[in-house]
Amino acid sequence: MNRAAFITIVVSGPITLALRSSFLVFAHRMVDMPQWAQRVLRQIPPAVLAALVLPAFVQPEGHLDLWQPRLAAGVVAAVVAFWKRSPALTLISGLVAVLAIDWLTR
Amino acid sequence: MLIGMVPFGILAGTTPISAGMARWVPFGFSSIMFAGAAQLAAIDALASGHGAAVAIATALAINLRMVLYSASLAPLMAPLPLRRRLPAAYLLTDEAYAVTIVRPTTTDDVVENAERRWSYYMGAAFLLWSVWQLSTAAGVVLGQVVDKGTPIDFAIPLIFLVLLIPNLHTQPSWVAAAAGGLGAVLANQWGWSRLAILVGGAVGIVAGCIAEVLRPSDPGPDVMDGLP
Repeated sequence: MNRAAFITIVVSGPITLALRSSFLVFAHRMVDMPQWAQRVLRQIPPAVLAALVLPAFVQPEGHLDLWQPRLAAGVVAAVVAFWKRSPALTLISGLVAVLAIDWLTR
Repeated sequence: MLIGMVPFGILAGTTPISAGMARWVPFGFSSIMFAGAAQLAAIDALASGHGAAVAIATALAINLRMVLYSASLAPLMAPLPLRRRLPAAYLLTDEAYAVTIVRPTTTDDVVENAERRWSYYMGAAFLLWSVWQLSTAAGVVLGQVVDKGTPIDFAIPLIFLVLLIPNLHTQPSWVAAAAGGLGAVLANQWGWSRLAILVGGAVGIVAGCIAEVLRPSDPGPDVMDGLP
């Protein structure tokens, strides 16, 4: 796992810098990004973040399972996140909920 | 904004340790990659046993939005020399972008104030960088004491949930999120768990673009709220 982590860091680190540099360093005189490219880039945060969140709530073991603590805790955390928009509160409520539900259902 | 970053940074330090990785891993991620959401997603992929290729692809998919910020800041920094623009690029994050771009500018203003804007940006960005490194270090220390039985891995999707919600500001963004989430779930169900995030992301992007074309309304702010 450490070896895979090392490869991940040394490959994606410089590529991330290249993405950040793209216009700032290399193409700073050419700044009109086409409309379609902006449109595609705009969809990335909601699409990718949801792809990271939903499976963790409904498929914690890799297959669909709606009867387990993580979905219920995820719903609790989502309500808190919508209501308060606070990372710390969302994190604490989600973790407390998953521990509490796990404890209660044993 | 600075305080909001601390729990993310702590997690970036704690989760690799509790997944059994060496202590240099979180420090390497935080200093070389310096990208919160991408870092956490890569750690999550590695911790669930996927190889480096999956972790890299996931991290880069999340970091693609940096191109958008880079393009948006470039005209403001164009008058400056490379030795100024390169460090600015390394420190580019959602927050640094957000605090710099909110100030309205005119064409004359760009040339006259490029130097001052750079200083302002670098000050904010360096402060964000320092908070990120310190909270990573705090997370590594915390990772030593966290009990292995704690569901600390569940904190990562919770953090992504925090980031997702402010991004749901338009109808197309809801469509992108719904399609992205379902796409990833279906990919997992079909046994493509290695590609789930990429499949979900691609499906969501396509769906969001279609929704925007069908309903060309206000695209909203194009900054991802939350963290680096």
